[in-house]
Amino acid sequence: MYATRYSKPKNIEEGVSALHAAEDGKLLAGGMTLIPTLKQRLAAPDCLIDLSTIGLSGISGAGDGLIIGAMTTHAEVERSADVQKQLPALSVLAGGIGDRQVRNCGTIGGSIANNDPAACYPAALLALAAQITTNKRTLAADDYFTGMFETALAEDEIITEIKFPKTHKASYAKFGNPASRYAMVGVFIAKTDAGGLRVAITGAGQDGVFRHNGLEAALAQSFDVAAIDATAIEDSELMSDIHASADYRAHLIKEMSKRALQAIG
Amino acid sequence: MAQLSIIVNGQRHVNEIADNILLVDYIRETLALTGTHIGCDTSQCGACVVHVNGISVKSCTMLAAQADGAEVTTIEGISDGENLHPMQEAFHEQHGLQCGFCTPGMVMSAIELVEKNKDLSEQDIREGLEGNICRCTGYHNIVKAVQTAASKMQR
Ligand code: FES
Ligand code: FES
Repeated sequence: MYATRYSKPKNIEEGVSALHAAEDGKLLAGGMTLIPTLKQRLAAPDCLIDLSTIGLSGISGAGDGLIIGAMTTHAEVERSADVQKQLPALSVLAGGIGDRQVRNCGTIGGSIANNDPAACYPAALLALAAQITTNKRTLAADDYFTGMFETALAEDEIITEIKFPKTHKASYAKFGNPASRYAMVGVFIAKTDAGGLRVAITGAGQDGVFRHNGLEAALAQSFDVAAIDATAIEDSELMSDIHASADYRAHLIKEMSKRALQAIG
Repeated sequence: MAQLSIIVNGQRHVNEIADNILLVDYIRETLALTGTHIGCDTSQCGACVVHVNGISVKSCTMLAAQADGAEVTTIEGISDGENLHPMQEAFHEQHGLQCGFCTPGMVMSAIELVEKNKDLSEQDIREGLEGNICRCTGYHNIVKAVQTAASKMQR
């Protein structure tokens, strides 16, 4: 790892000033992507700003939805009684990220700030029409994820919490990469008041997470496996890499959509 | 440089450390506790697992500075003097190791897994140890060892 400075702000304001003071500062959440990147010398920030002590972690189950602090770990989301009750699909999703030690440290805010095209959380936020609150504003998930590893966040913007609206139905199914457990394809199907019926796909799109119009239209017509079966999944905009061809990913989208639908509650 | 104050295996240490030193390097090089291993440079193998405030973490994927003020337990800190921890004993009894390189991390992950979960099925144990890779691939006996230890620890 290159030399760097470590700072531990006590509140958001201190965090923002530390970012402004640095030439190329990086926010450190759970570190599950950033620290391996630093170890490989793929990044050389002059300052790391640790967000662990500014009070951004915790889950509250407000009557008509769930609010999850940005620094809440995957393990906390997995085990939260509020999440298990109101949005069990999110608990399942969190419990399937990486491995146990990754879940003990990795955070929801870190995951969506990084917006890895194969991360699980972006599919949940998009399908559930979640809202992302930062130190500056509140963004709809639709406007937040802007491309592979790209988000609408400004350089000095810090995610504080994620709000999930009241959910009627939700389910996530992923085909994990056998080595990394990242999604080769992950499909999140949800029905909410805020967003209606949505199908969000991660792991497959060349521009990161996306909604599948064809599947949404088919399921709106008839909410069953036959509707998924009858939907054509185009592969021209899907990723092709050493893990899977675009064609195979298209097949997985159909398969994971069926599994998600069969498990939906 | 920053000042680090940390409790490792019950003992407080105060050191000046470089801002970019990893917790695993601090444990191995500054404290000379070499039971915690480094098996990869990609954060995938789990040989470096220790407990930080009671949760299992990969110490190669945390800065020492992040553990300031924390209580850390390494493989050296789990036995009671000469008496092995039930998990260590079970690895011994069930031949849960071959070369032993992955073992400290396996044991530390397995202890947290068993402490936090009751009635673990074989599948739960395999999934719970996904973050630990054994290059000798002795997984069957590792699972048996964790089952044996679980029945003793949860008695
Ligand atoms: S040394 Fe391999 S995961 Fe830490
Ligand atoms: S016993 Fe050799 S690596 Fe696991």
